Amino acid sequence: MSPRVLGRILHGVALLLVFAITVFPFYWMVSSSFKTQTDLLASPPVWVFTPTLTNYADVFADEKVTRAVVNSLIVALCSTALSVVLGAPAAFALARYDFRGKSDLWFWFISNRFISPIVLALPIYILALQIGLLDTHLVLILVYITFILPIVVWITTDQFRSIPKELEEAARLEGASQFDIFWRIYLPLGIPGLAVSAIFGFIFSWNELLYALVLTRRDVQTAPVVATSFMSGYELPWGKIMATGTVIVLPVTIFALLVSRHMVRGLTMGATK
Amino acid sequence: MAETTRRTRPGYARWTPFWFLAPAVSALFVIGIYPTLFALVTSLRQYNLTRTRDGFPFVGLANYQQVLTDSTFWQTLGRTGEFFVVVMPVEVLLGLGIALLLHRPGLSFLRALARVSLVVPLATTYAVVGLLGRLIFNRDFGVANAFIGVFGFSPFDWLGNPTGAFAAICIMDVWQWTPFCALIFLSGLSMVPVEIEEAARLETTSKTALLIHVQLPYLLPGFTAMLILRSADVLKLFDAVFTMTRGGPGAATELISIYIQRVGFRVFDLGVASAQALLLLVLTIILARVYIRFFYREIE
Repeated sequence: MSPRVLGRILHGVALLLVFAITVFPFYWMVSSSFKTQTDLLASPPVWVFTPTLTNYADVFADEKVTRAVVNSLIVALCSTALSVVLGAPAAFALARYDFRGKSDLWFWFISNRFISPIVLALPIYILALQIGLLDTHLVLILVYITFILPIVVWITTDQFRSIPKELEEAARLEGASQFDIFWRIYLPLGIPGLAVSAIFGFIFSWNELLYALVLTRRDVQTAPVVATSFMSGYELPWGKIMATGTVIVLPVTIFALLVSRHMVRGLTMGATK
Repeated sequence: MAETTRRTRPGYARWTPFWFLAPAVSALFVIGIYPTLFALVTSLRQYNLTRTRDGFPFVGLANYQQVLTDSTFWQTLGRTGEFFVVVMPVEVLLGLGIALLLHRPGLSFLRALARVSLVVPLATTYAVVGLLGRLIFNRDFGVANAFIGVFGFSPFDWLGNPTGAFAAICIMDVWQWTPFCALIFLSGLSMVPVEIEEAARLETTSKTALLIHVQLPYLLPGFTAMLILRSADVLKLFDAVFTMTRGGPGAATELISIYIQRVGFRVFDLGVASAQALLLLVLTIILARVYIRFFYREIE
């Protein structure tokens, strides 16, 4: 066998290995969610089994889980929508205008990417306790804006910068106001960037655990919190836990695949493209 | 000079940018800056929710003094550093290897398949990663023990002992974040101009020479980015480790964010926890500044 062919085979094997290891935990979660408790507790683990839908029936019959999924949806959608509404004009200003303190403002937006949620969770817990906002959708929606808004601002500013200035100059000659320029030119042309940042916002808020754990009690528990809460007691309902996990992870995985080209940009705030 | 004359007639009122920025800035002020200042005030008080009888008196810098002399605080910070030092080189080296595999010409279908699969760990809900870790590393029926069994090792109680639990959280982190490094390196590799890479391939058949002399300069910015971002992420790390081990057994996997959460929400000493969180914030701001200095120079 020539070294060229051998090289190709090794390349292929290595790529398959990367694929297998990367998706294995995901596969294991999904396959476990179709196992009976007996199959789950088998030692050594079983690879071939008769799939069952009992776990999913359990999950969808459990009002705690369905309510948590609805809560997660409400919080993720509202916080993302608000971040887009607040972030798009800010991105327009950062992309189009020169003003004093612009770079400081920019850095402040970016810095939010680095801050540990525990730093804000403590004071917001006390404040929410004082004004009676604990265990409400509102408090989570507001807190999630702190990490979604910077992403929206970053990605959208970048998108707005790529819009040719000639379009705007033509509009100005026809007497368009600055708001018209934003509303009629930048916003429609910036939709791809806004969509990508909205998807990131949704993924990050859907996945969030720390704030939700600390700021909710019973009514507004989100999906990750409820999934975590199954982990107590002597014999854990592994099938149900894995089915819940699958229900939580599946939508964000689909979203992530949609924006996979932008994944790195979203996670590094654009330092690398 | 031409630049300044153009700027004097920008075609919009001086206050226009302000109106566009006001909503976002005021929102972040109310939900970001104000709570941070509130945390600063809390950190100067005795603020324990289990002992509210005396109110919340100001105690000056006593909480900070307590934190700085608290050996557990330094241990968790040290453990967080240790975690970073263990996972980072592994993620970088594996990431680089995967990026090179994906960059190598040929086998486009397999390459696309592997490339797309890398997104899966990155999007997986961190809390679910932790739950999965509990299942995979279970002593009795975990698949990890089945794997090491193939190589003749006897079953191991991963989560039941300090070293095993620390190794398990490291493995899950490597699984989740190696793709991040791989994708960054891959985008670096694709920045190398095709002509340069091809010319170099004609000059040398050595892959190492190609990597060091041609590709490395394009990989360095991404490498710096992942170093800084990953260190910030490790300081933030909570969800996956909390659901997997709750910081245990003992304190074997108690990283800094988990410790602060415990002090704040299980001991309910919010004064001390706020002081800890603000010290963490200072560390984070330094990291963010370094990051910005490196990557956003063109905006200044």
